[in-house]
Amino acid sequence: MSKIEIKNVYKIFGDQPSKVLPMVQDGATKEEILEKTGHTVGLDNVSLSIEEGETFVCMGLSGSGKSTLIRHINRLIDPTSGVVSVEGTNVMDLDQKNLIEFRRHKMSMVFQRFGLFPHKTVIENVGYGLEVQGQKPEERNKTSMEKIEAVGLSGFEHQYPNQLSGGMQQRVGLARALATNTDIMLMDEAFSALDPLIRSDMQKQLIALQSELKKTIFFITHDLDESLKLGDHIGILNHGKLVQVGTPIDIIMKPADDYVEAFVKDVNRAKVIKAKIIMTPANSSDGIDKSNLVKVHEDQFIDEFLPKVVCSNANCEIVDKEGAVKGYITEKELSKALTKEHMADAVKPPK
Amino acid sequence: MEKYKKFIKPFIYSSIFIFFIIISYRSAKPRYKPDHFTDIFKDFSWLGNWPKWLDFPLMQPLNSGFDWLIVKYGLFFEGINNFLLGLYTTMKDSIVGLPWPIVIAIVIFITYFASGKKTNTTIMVAFCTFFLGFLSPRYWDKCIMTTCIVVIGMLLCIVVGIPIGIAMARNKRVRNALLPVLDLMQTIPSFCYLIPGILLFGLGAVPAIIAIFVYAVPPLIRLTDLGIRLVDKEVIEASEAFGANKKQTLWGVQIPLALPNIMQGINQCTMMSLAMVVIASMIGTRGIGDEVLLGLQQLNVGMATEAGIAIVLLAIIFDRITQSYGEKIQERTQVKKKI
Repeated sequence: MSKIEIKNVYKIFGDQPSKVLPMVQDGATKEEILEKTGHTVGLDNVSLSIEEGETFVCMGLSGSGKSTLIRHINRLIDPTSGVVSVEGTNVMDLDQKNLIEFRRHKMSMVFQRFGLFPHKTVIENVGYGLEVQGQKPEERNKTSMEKIEAVGLSGFEHQYPNQLSGGMQQRVGLARALATNTDIMLMDEAFSALDPLIRSDMQKQLIALQSELKKTIFFITHDLDESLKLGDHIGILNHGKLVQVGTPIDIIMKPADDYVEAFVKDVNRAKVIKAKIIMTPANSSDGIDKSNLVKVHEDQFIDEFLPKVVCSNANCEIVDKEGAVKGYITEKELSKALTKEHMADAVKPPK
Repeated sequence: MEKYKKFIKPFIYSSIFIFFIIISYRSAKPRYKPDHFTDIFKDFSWLGNWPKWLDFPLMQPLNSGFDWLIVKYGLFFEGINNFLLGLYTTMKDSIVGLPWPIVIAIVIFITYFASGKKTNTTIMVAFCTFFLGFLSPRYWDKCIMTTCIVVIGMLLCIVVGIPIGIAMARNKRVRNALLPVLDLMQTIPSFCYLIPGILLFGLGAVPAIIAIFVYAVPPLIRLTDLGIRLVDKEVIEASEAFGANKKQTLWGVQIPLALPNIMQGINQCTMMSLAMVVIASMIGTRGIGDEVLLGLQQLNVGMATEAGIAIVLLAIIFDRITQSYGEKIQERTQVKKKI
């Protein structure tokens, strides 16, 4: 069973959402609804499932309903219709008391503008989730210190958030989310407010933490590079509709519609396509010149081995972890993969 | 049909208005009423005549309602009266009984710690306190009386006003119901509060305290409400997302972050209390206000000015203490970046 299941969720903002719902279900567009009824469609029939331990990235422009969607999972926003279930429990069935327990122990959240408490020190901020659970100060300070060290902020624990830089503040936000040790982490444009260098730093840190902790992460961003870097699966939202869900490669290679295509147009493909995706498998490699070969690991991105290939004017031999030959890449495959028009033909379904 | 929908409401309202004009013509006195209907358009004097029978007198029912209130709940008001009067007398007597150097020492002590150990503010307040005594020895006891009334009125405001402000911030219906009441409380001239006060509690300190409460509590309620609503939405969301219940969010996040605004409200409340207590001298409340009144009655400019200066000094003392306490809290919640 999936960790998080979202089924046919609709969210309409306005005075009488339930009256407008049938119209939306009948397929009226967002603009029509707004003109006729004055209601805003936040989410339009969104269904997706997220497996345990994966990072699901939800992407879209501002106003596409990303932040609305993430708030449905911990029910900061109630859906107009539809089911949100986490580990098999329908979130909508929880009463106030159970909802609070659910938020305390099942998931934690990181916010775009950090959402730190300005009147609390870093250590108090990090320990807030434990504080509301009723833990004693000594206990929670111990856990908080561990997490502060994990995000590399030791020495700052008695500062106030305003004394820290943006990147450091978001580390506090991350440590706060880690402190309650929940399985699920919701990250609402967590790195969007940071400058590019710090952002990529934070992304690396998140990837490192994730490889250790194996949490289920629901990540929201409007930055395609970020979503390709972090996501095991990516969902693209447009005007409240989920237009495409798939792996990063799927999104780049087979954009579902013009909207997604516009998104992926300017992506540096060499940075997101792995060797194993474009290689010619070893069993059908007759006719490839094997005299001059460069060894490439199957999980390497094109831009990592491209310079080597170009300099030595060689073909690539793709190997897996044990060193067994999996396939070959020649100039032909490379040029296909890196040219926009031939995108779809270049891809061979990964085994 | 759809097209004419927007004309329906204006049509109804204007026909009601015309109906009233017709009534005013019909009920006009004979001497205003034209003989022939064509005269209506030549002689407009009927338009200047209000229909007398439409007059709705508020005075009579209010008076009888008030009488009924006194008869029925007299005991209740007497209870309030005795409580407030007892509080006021004990407080006043104990401070008046103290030697003046000790009183000044207490004021300095309070200022020093309320302002977060700011020496400048403390020296200024101490100087103002000394000067009250130097101005005229008579003023000392009177200032203490005024202070006691202001402090009791303020406490009443805080005890009632802050919870109401919180309730308003958390519930839209409560806010919609209370906002017009607050507007009313602030627009009715402050003198009007004194009259029911006298009828219910007699002359003296208690009606002044009640009038202070009615006059000074609206800004405190408004600023508490505003302060809580102004707390960053994402911070509240963060608190909720980590599973804080409503009580934890209120006490752990909303109130601490609203404190600068609430303190501003208390400061406003104090200043308005002081203004009110001076006016209250007209209904026989003892205090620094009677000196002004006396000066006014005797056309003694010097006396009135002297008392006026004393009031200003008192106001500075109150303002500095409450303001600096607010600033101290603000510093803690919004720490400036140290470079």
